[in-house]
Amino acid sequence: MRKQSKNFFADKDIQLILGTLLRVGVIASISVVLLGGFIYLYSNYAGTINYGKFNPDKSGLSSVAAIFHGMAHFDGSAIIQFGVLLLIFTPVARVIFSVFSFLIERDYLYVLIGLFVLCIILYSLSDKLVG
Amino acid sequence: MSVLLFTVIVLIGAFLAGLVGSLTGLGGGVIIIPLLTLGLGVDIHYAIGASIISVIATSSGSAAAYVKEGITNIRIGMFLEIATTISAILGAVITVYINPGYIAVIFGLILLFSAAMMVRKKVDHSDNNTSGKLAVFFKLNGTYPTENGVKEYAVHNVVGGFLMMFVAGVISGLLGIGSGALKVIAMDNIMRIPFKVSTTTSNFMMGVTAAASAIVYLHRGQIDPGIAMPVTVGVLLGATIGSKILVKTKTDKLKIVFAIVVAFLAFQMIYNGLSGRL
Repeated sequence: MRKQSKNFFADKDIQLILGTLLRVGVIASISVVLLGGFIYLYSNYAGTINYGKFNPDKSGLSSVAAIFHGMAHFDGSAIIQFGVLLLIFTPVARVIFSVFSFLIERDYLYVLIGLFVLCIILYSLSDKLVG
Repeated sequence: MSVLLFTVIVLIGAFLAGLVGSLTGLGGGVIIIPLLTLGLGVDIHYAIGASIISVIATSSGSAAAYVKEGITNIRIGMFLEIATTISAILGAVITVYINPGYIAVIFGLILLFSAAMMVRKKVDHSDNNTSGKLAVFFKLNGTYPTENGVKEYAVHNVVGGFLMMFVAGVISGLLGIGSGALKVIAMDNIMRIPFKVSTTTSNFMMGVTAAASAIVYLHRGQIDPGIAMPVTVGVLLGATIGSKILVKTKTDKLKIVFAIVVAFLAFQMIYNGLSGRL
């Protein structure tokens, strides 16, 4: 019985590109977070913080639209939040890439599995889940 | 507390959490949540939001190094992600309906469990004998490089592993941690995957799992930039340096010391959760 996957060497190439993709994503998003962090500290360093009670509306940056709006005004918090978004989408980009690579390998079962995982994540993007 | 002081304290704390977390294999989230809640009086919902972001950063950062070595089994990861993403979203959705005190208690119990798993002797159950029909159908069996050439391995009990991953995903979404200890149970003990493959594959999956619940947290306003920034930067920096030291040092003694610290934090979380202080 043949147990191993067929395209071991093709898999290795894919893994190499995947690794680079993840690394680039992390470096890019951390750079954005740092940039936003400096602007945020520069304009807020003397202010006081109070995170003692959870308030959903406090940051005002809980949607993609709000984040982009804040970025247009060079708001440090919004830039940090954009970096966080990039970080969240790094593994999602990885799933998208895997779907394509399985497509090239003609492994349709895993194309389906990948698309299914992607659908679950995209579903969480709709804010219906947040009551 | 001023913004600057808060940022500096969290940055240093997150750096240490990332460093020790990567040296002991426990991850940064388990330390960063007690630090924020017990140490700095931050609401546990904010702490969870910041922690999940650091999980994505460390997972993606180290997965990049692992996949290049060709040990990660992408098919196993992808297949089990079906379970972990659904359950992580589920966990993230229900977390606000649960009394914060109970979340602290659950967190404490998971901490105790993780500490026990960390000091326990690991036994490799992997073999290349018989393999179930499901493992063959989903092409989960694979190979990995060793000193004596390429070694083949077979995956067992796919259904059991899948269900355990579902539990791990709920915990991850509920508490904002990677729940690596539960994933190890699923992969090492139930599916009997070799260590080298299970560690890297579980780490690889962690990013996608965390991303699913992080989006829910973001929408709910649980991710505050003022906390997320120092936590993410600190943990990532600590974890990167930790993985560089890891190659050169023996961590057995450190693990025992750290297990005691974690157990202490666990009891603190449980006590504060039960007395309604969190």
